[in-house]
This record gives sequence, C-alpha cells and structure tokens, in this order.
Amino acid sequence: MRDDILWELRSDKVKELIKVSQRLDGRGLFEYRPVQIETGFSKNAHGSCRIRLGETDVIVGVKMDIAEPYPDSPDEGSITVGAELMPMASPVFEPGPPDQNATELARVVDRCIRESKAIDFKKLSIVEGEKAWFVFIDIYIANDAGNLFDASSLAALGALLDTKIPKLEDDKIVKGEYSGKLELSKKPLLTTFAKINGKIVVDPATAEEKAMDARLSIGTTEEALMSAMQKGGTGSFTQAEIEQCIELAFQKSDELRKFFKVG
Amino acid sequence: MEEIVYVNAEGRRIDGRKLDELRPIKIIPSVLSRAEGSAYIEWGQNKALVGVFGPREAIPQHIQDPTKAIVNYVYRMATFSVPDRKSPKPGRREIEISKVSGEALAKAIFVERFPNTTIDIYVHIFDSNAGTRCAALTAASVALADAGIPMRDLVSACAVGRAAGHIMLDLCKEEEDATDAVDMPLAIMPRTKEVVLLQMDGIISKEEWKEAFELGLKGCQQVYEIQKKALKRKYEEIAEEEAKAIEHVDKQLKEISENPELLRGGNK
Repeated sequence: MRDDILWELRSDKVKELIKVSQRLDGRGLFEYRPVQIETGFSKNAHGSCRIRLGETDVIVGVKMDIAEPYPDSPDEGSITVGAELMPMASPVFEPGPPDQNATELARVVDRCIRESKAIDFKKLSIVEGEKAWFVFIDIYIANDAGNLFDASSLAALGALLDTKIPKLEDDKIVKGEYSGKLELSKKPLLTTFAKINGKIVVDPATAEEKAMDARLSIGTTEEALMSAMQKGGTGSFTQAEIEQCIELAFQKSDELRKFFKVG
Repeated sequence: MEEIVYVNAEGRRIDGRKLDELRPIKIIPSVLSRAEGSAYIEWGQNKALVGVFGPREAIPQHIQDPTKAIVNYVYRMATFSVPDRKSPKPGRREIEISKVSGEALAKAIFVERFPNTTIDIYVHIFDSNAGTRCAALTAASVALADAGIPMRDLVSACAVGRAAGHIMLDLCKEEEDATDAVDMPLAIMPRTKEVVLLQMDGIISKEEWKEAFELGLKGCQQVYEIQKKALKRKYEEIAEEEAKAIEHVDKQLKEISENPELLRGGNK
C-alpha cells in the first residue's frame, strides 16, 4: 500500500528546515520526543512494557520457556527476539510473515541486548546439555510515527526489567508462580540518528525518515561500551559523523536510562 | 482436586460478580495516529488494540467486488497474551474468529456504497482471560465509527453461557473451564436486535438456551451504552478544544478592534 501523499510535502519541508538547523516538530537536533513508559502491560506475559515515543507506540512482551540448549553451548540459555509490524501501525504495513524491515528491527534489538551481556546466558542453564531457559522477546509495533529501533529497544529493556522467572518443580514450569526476577546486569539501549541534507538528527519522526539519506543505530551500555551498530538507508556517513554519533549515543542513552531508575 | 464454588450463597461468582454482571469495560477511541480509525479496549483482563483503514482500493484487482466493499477483519493474538507462549503464526482459531467477526461487521457497514474497495480492520490481543473475540468486535465497531465509516448501527458483543448449572453473563476463564460449561459469544445491532454473530459450544436444552440468549441480549445492550459513551466523550473533547480555540481568536479580534495599530505592525 502507498502512504499518504502529504508525507512527501512534509518531507520536503523537513529538508528545507534542516538547512537552518530546524525540525518540523520544533525539536532541537539532538532532542528526543517525550517518552511514556507503562510496565506490566500484559499479565499473561512474564514481563511486558508499552512505550510511547512521541506518537510511536510499541508493546513488548517476554515469555520464558524451557528448551534444549544449542549443541555448541550446552551450559547456556539464550534470547530470541521477534518483531511484528502490525498492519494497524501504518498504511504501508501489510499482514503476513515478517518482511525485511521487521527482521532487521528484531535482529538489531537482539544484538544490542545479547552482545551487551546484560543477561548472563550461563545463569539461564537448568540442566547442562538438556534444559535451559530461553527468553522470548516479542515486539509489536502498534503505531509507527518514526524511530521504531529506539522505541523497540526501550520497550524491550522495560519488559526485561519487568520479567519474572517462572517457578520450577521437577524441571517443569509451575504456572502463575515465580522464583525471582530475571537478572539484568546493565541497561543496553539503541540510539538512532538520521542524516538529512548532510545534517545529523536524533530520534527521527516519520517525515524525517522519509527525508533522510541514511540512518545509524548504536547500541550502548552505561559503562560507555557499544554492543551493536547498524547503518541503514542508501546514503553514507563520514568517519567524523560516525564519531559524533557515538559521542551523542552515550550522552542520549544515559538520559533515556534515567526512565528506568530501579533495575 | 478442590471443588470450585462457581456461585456462592450470596449469588456471587468467583470474581465477585453477579450472574448478570459484565466485567469492567473501558474503551478509548482514536489512539493510533497512523490508522484512519482506532480504539483501545480493556475488558476485565483482556486488552486489545484495533486499527481501521479504508475504504481503499482492493488489491490485487481480482479480489475486487463491483457491488460492495470487502470487509477484511484480521484478529490476532500476541505471543505473550496467553498462559503458554503462542506461535506468532496465525492459528485456525484466529482465522475462524476473523471470518465470523468480519461477517458480523459487514452487516452493519453500508458496504454497497463502496464498490471495489476493502475496509481493513486489524485487531491484536495483548492480554487475555476469556471473551477476547467479543471485546475485539466491540472495539472494532468503535474504531469503524472513529474512522467515519457509515454504519447502520454499532455492533455490540458479549458472551453468555453456563457454569455449574448457572446461566451467567461474560464468562471468565475459570468459568469457561467448568465441566458443564457452555460458551456462547453473541453480537447484535442493538437498535434492531439483529443477531450478527452467534457461536456456541457445549450442550444445552432449548429452555436454557433461551434464558442464556435473553441474558446475552441484555449484556450487549449494556456494552452498546459503553460504546456510545466512549465515542461521545471523544467528540466532547474535540468540542472543548474548539471552544478554547474560538475563545482565543475572539480575544485577539477584540484586542485588534481596541487597538488598530496592532494590524499595521503586522507579523515579522
């Protein structure tokens, strides 16, 4: 499906405004839209969180399940991230199995969390070589008003911080009872930049995504380490631009982390 | 196993409700900015979002109907919305619910006014405890009204059934799991009481069915009132905002009439 023709006009306006370092919604170049967090959104989930980043609306639910560990890591559990661009979220999303965009989104959020080592996979082991916890993180996009990467990573972190581990009896899950919270040793988050007419902005909204040449997402932790990077779009970045984005990613993600005080 | 008391001496159910009492229902229209119409519903523990698009050109062309719009209702459940993680792939249950719910709404919508188009209604359940199809259908009809799609009436749904010999409204999960359980999801156009969705499972006599059905009609009527209130509240809010905007303009006009110099200064 084609999107509303008005977006082309808005995107032209974005390109014009950026020449004088202004944005369509009046934000500063490195300013996020307002963030609203609602944890414990779904009682049937083991952990859940709904995030509103401006008008972007994302719901993430976590389910813990027992499965056989991978042969190359018999003493470890793992995480699995899925993303669904629900057709209600945008006139351009269509029902069906995950497309390229949904798959990229899920995999970048996955890397940001996995590589940060915030979850110790060894602690997810139940019986070596036989049973381990697998953490299923499912992302549902309810409204796409831009920057699904950061909204999804915020919601995934919120859901993981809310996650309780089901109680085990004879290595079987006891429904509705929990043995404790899932341990998270740090708070990995994505920070996404758009390059529009040679200028960098953070947290691009829809009109800015339509106007951008390229996108850069950087996963960071509070220890000033990076856990993932992903460049998207057909444009390019210079080394200096990437270095600027890295500095900003540390700064901006620290501001976002404050929304999750208790961890 | 411990015996469950489905209805106690005071006539109260497991969750404290009376036999003819619905769970608390909250509906908010216009919650998704990119959909043409939308609604959020909380019905007991059930939570659902609905987004509506259309009427828009039906693609591919061969699915077009030159006499009317296609109503494409897609009901899905999030993986974490049920006790055991559900596969993200749609199951047979979701496909069947999508079909009968779409057919229910097609009766209410003036489909003949929009040939060759599709009206897409996307529903997702994020938390569940029995009765999600009725919650979803109820919210979908509000989302259609929010999208400004012309309808004969809203569609109001609720389930009715039996647990431990008692006919009751809006069964919760534990009641649905009773050994003698009967579950009957029902949807009507309340103005004319036309039945647009009816399903039932369980074994029941003609007399009990009639009692259940009539209780179901009363339930749908209550749902109807909640739907109308939710829609009216939205327009009241819009009216309030407009009143504020008009007040602002009036104030500016008054200032200008008192001090015409302001006009000559103009905007920079």
